[in-house]
Amino acid sequence: MAQFQGFERPNGLVGVRNTVLVMAVCDCGEPAARQMAEGIEGAVAVTQYHGCIALETVPIMVGVAQNPNICGTVLVMMGCEGMRAEPIAEQIATTGKPVEIVNIQEIGSTRKAIARGREIVAAMARDAAKEQRKPFDITKLAVGVKCGGSDTTSGIAANPAVGIMSDLMVDAGARVLMIEPIEAIGAEEELAGRAVDANVRKDILAWVGNDEKRWTVPGAGVDFMCGGNIAGGLTTLEEKSLGAVHKSGHRPISGVLKVSPDHIDHLPAKGGFYLMEGIHIELQAMTYQAAAGVNVIVFATGRGGSFGHAVSPLVKVTGHPETWARMSEDMDVNASTIMEGTESIESVGKRIFDEVLAVASGKVTRGEELGFYNFNIWKQDPRLEALLGLKGG
Amino acid sequence: MKKAIMMDPRDNVATALAALEPGDEIEVISTKRETVQQVQSRDSLPLGHKIALTDLRQGDTVVKYGAKIGRASRDIAAGNYVHVHNVVSDRMPLTENMLAHM
Repeated sequence: MAQFQGFERPNGLVGVRNTVLVMAVCDCGEPAARQMAEGIEGAVAVTQYHGCIALETVPIMVGVAQNPNICGTVLVMMGCEGMRAEPIAEQIATTGKPVEIVNIQEIGSTRKAIARGREIVAAMARDAAKEQRKPFDITKLAVGVKCGGSDTTSGIAANPAVGIMSDLMVDAGARVLMIEPIEAIGAEEELAGRAVDANVRKDILAWVGNDEKRWTVPGAGVDFMCGGNIAGGLTTLEEKSLGAVHKSGHRPISGVLKVSPDHIDHLPAKGGFYLMEGIHIELQAMTYQAAAGVNVIVFATGRGGSFGHAVSPLVKVTGHPETWARMSEDMDVNASTIMEGTESIESVGKRIFDEVLAVASGKVTRGEELGFYNFNIWKQDPRLEALLGLKGG
Repeated sequence: MKKAIMMDPRDNVATALAALEPGDEIEVISTKRETVQQVQSRDSLPLGHKIALTDLRQGDTVVKYGAKIGRASRDIAAGNYVHVHNVVSDRMPLTENMLAHM
């Protein structure tokens, strides 16, 4: 049975990092949060950029703080925000992990608040550094799959190899989570055909269909493919989607995690392949996956990617020979051997599987080497949800 | 010989595994790496871009991965470069704004 070396949390979930999360509840407190974390090993500062009454972001913030990769959380608030830190802290505390609040206006001096914050962060980081990794069964591991900077090599090399990794994970009893519903357009029947039952089938079709409504509002003229996709040879969203869904592998789909303004579903404990409502844009989508509880995210790319994620480390895979040649120092796995005909998709998929277990056990990713901890929250717009008559609006 | 890969036997386009030039003879392979057919390139196209395997009339379905990826917005001959200049999505067409950026 495959294992990884992780950190157990009081609620029984297992993390692959011991990160202290310093989270400003809105961007007013973000610079202070950043200075509270600066230079302290294992601490990262994040926020959301939608203002202080963006209540729809609360379930995401709670989710990322509950993610088992996080060992403790310091919530930073300026003091007069519409969304209070206290109820957020209460929800995070249900995991049994430490959570503290620093209220700048209450302390009365930003400098004093930063100094107070740094003391708390440093203490949490010291406690975390004492913990030792222990072996856990792979059934405790949750892996996200995401693609971006896609081109036509993505559907031929990187995504099919990630799909093999997904199958190996599910077969071993792990959980795998895919998001980006709009990128299933054109492939919805194939995915629906893998549903474990009629309810999940219905959920999969709604997962795609609802997102198609959001992105095709008549007259809105919204773009969904980037210049790099088109320069990379992708012609239509259908082509992009049919390539993108390869990373889901071939196993039955066990469920669709729901997202609404006041709630997000977290990954269940049961192994299997899951889908999640949300967004397709890379970093926001990764934050949703982290909020649902994924430990590691496998990122398949054609054009390359120079980011990391604050909560879930990224294993970056490229299938483009030129990208590998130019950006190999940013890539964790080379899948371009598939394009060159020198290695099978199955063999690359097994290498990705092994790399995920290594990263789960502490191997530093390319993004972590750079100290890159990107974080961005997508906010579902309740006005659009209501106008379109979509559930959750 | 330069290669292009056909992802499904039903496809009418293949993805170039090398940059192609007009007049190049292309070996089209399957995902099992077996030779399926040959086609002569009529255009220049970068690695990873698509080449037509059959003649297509305006309005015909363009098939890759065995599924519809869009339809021909003008007549396309076997060996032509297939991309946003001659194929449109049925589901979510690119905006003028995005095309102007290309």
